[in-house]
Amino acid sequence: MTQMIAPQFDLERIRADFPILHQQVHGHPLAYLDSTASSQKPALVIDAMNDFYRRTNANVHRGVYQLSEQATEAMEQARAKIARFIGARSVREIIFTRNTTESINLVAHAWGRANLRPGDRILLTEMEHHSNLVPWQIVAQATGAELLFIPVDGTGRLALDGLDRLLTERTKLVALTHMSNVLGTINPVKVIAAAAKQVGALVLVDGAQSVPHFPVDVGELGIDFLAFSGHKMCGPTGVGVLWGRKPLLQAMPPFLGGGSMIRSVGLRSSSWNDLPHKFEAGTPAIAEAIGLGYAVDYLASVGMDAIHQAEQQLTQYAVERLQGIDGLTLYGPAVAERGGVLSFNLAGVHAHDVAAVLDQQGVAVRAGHHCCQPLMELLDAPATARASFYLYTTPAEIDQLVRGLEKCKAIFG
Amino acid sequence: MDDFYQQNILDHSRHPRNSGRLDHPSVSREEMNPLCGDKLHIDLQIDDGVVTAVGFTGRGCAISQAAASMLTEEIKGKSVAEVRALSKDDVLGLLGIPIGYTRLKCALLGLKAIKVGVYNLADEEFDDDELF
Ligand SMILES: Cc1ncc(COP(=O)(O)O)c(C=O)c1O
Repeated sequence: MTQMIAPQFDLERIRADFPILHQQVHGHPLAYLDSTASSQKPALVIDAMNDFYRRTNANVHRGVYQLSEQATEAMEQARAKIARFIGARSVREIIFTRNTTESINLVAHAWGRANLRPGDRILLTEMEHHSNLVPWQIVAQATGAELLFIPVDGTGRLALDGLDRLLTERTKLVALTHMSNVLGTINPVKVIAAAAKQVGALVLVDGAQSVPHFPVDVGELGIDFLAFSGHKMCGPTGVGVLWGRKPLLQAMPPFLGGGSMIRSVGLRSSSWNDLPHKFEAGTPAIAEAIGLGYAVDYLASVGMDAIHQAEQQLTQYAVERLQGIDGLTLYGPAVAERGGVLSFNLAGVHAHDVAAVLDQQGVAVRAGHHCCQPLMELLDAPATARASFYLYTTPAEIDQLVRGLEKCKAIFG
Repeated sequence: MDDFYQQNILDHSRHPRNSGRLDHPSVSREEMNPLCGDKLHIDLQIDDGVVTAVGFTGRGCAISQAAASMLTEEIKGKSVAEVRALSKDDVLGLLGIPIGYTRLKCALLGLKAIKVGVYNLADEEFDDDELF
């Protein structure tokens, strides 16, 4: 395995940056294979947040005293780092939210309610996470818009041959995931965005699984909105991002009302603050936003291309090992079109039992429907077990997974 | 691990007791656990305030299916009052293994179906907060 890893990618040094990884679980070394649900955090991020609370903590954009100015500056620096990280033209296009879910809800409610009319269409895909499905169901119900879906084919990829028919001048928005959190499929967002532009539709990308794992440049993709979560990219929980093109964000009404998002307030009406503050009502997650800024520094220092390459190699290895297990069904497309997410089932054993046996072997995997019930219906699997990888995952952990699965077969055999 | 999936749990999940549906149940109840897609259906026949027959079908993880299967044996011959008094601890006692917080929903799914069933029979709502 070692010669397959890109030269600048020092796995051992990377692992040393993540304190949580070095522990035993049920008498085995922890093999954390659930980064798709939430990634682990490097010491740099944990320390930055601690340090903020020990030295700098104060509310932002309010005080004129030193602490508040330092806190504000630290948070705005984080915003600038994130803007650079995804190729945003302006820091004002970076809106701090709680997570991907809130980012998508922001667009659904603020843009959707103001712009969708009966008969308008929103084009989604059959592989969306509930967080890029349910908000659109709610808004479609409120506005009379219709939901259409790009189908998923037998190999777990989007079936794009019918895209021309699905996109019409009634299509106002295409909202899709960049990478499936169940199948690992990486979708050709650039191609789909270009087709959407032909009919004048806006494009929202759920980047919850792409921004953490490979280079994402919003200009290059030609999209309008990008949503992602801090906790899946080495950052803390409680902070996420919505990126949107400035003219769109400027034209949108606010999502939540309250402090910070206003310019002036009267008893009966108010006017809105400039971007990004118009969409950041109330006290934000300050320490978390700062922590996310450090997470972005960390990822950039390792290099997103290097991370992607290492994960591809590891995924190739894992696919080969898993395919060697009798009775194991692996879902999703070929390695070239997928990221480091492997969903599988062992014949005759429920995914939750697989996960429980693996836990006893120190291996942490997710089991269930992964917040994608419609996709699971399509796969005809009420649940799958899912192993997912990140920059700190080792081939030895894959081996540990395989040994755990053999154990599982012995117990339930 | 060999302790966790003990032989009796594997046995109950592979060969659920009281398997099937009843022809004329006094009450029927289906419950789902959206967390892992466990699903089960329980029919109860009640004569003179006593559970005389139970029918159980379902699919899901070994814990949910085994716990429900064990419960169907446990409640047969018991009075409705006794069934109403069953608790989380009774189920954990039957399983005889430590159940973590997330698997509790699996373990208690059968009990929930049974409790909702007997409460409904008396035209009462069962609040599943009581279970957890
Ligand atoms: C593809 C995808 N979209 C959205 C989400 C939701 O992320 P969050 O729970 O952080 O809002 C997830 C996380 O599971 C995801 O994998």
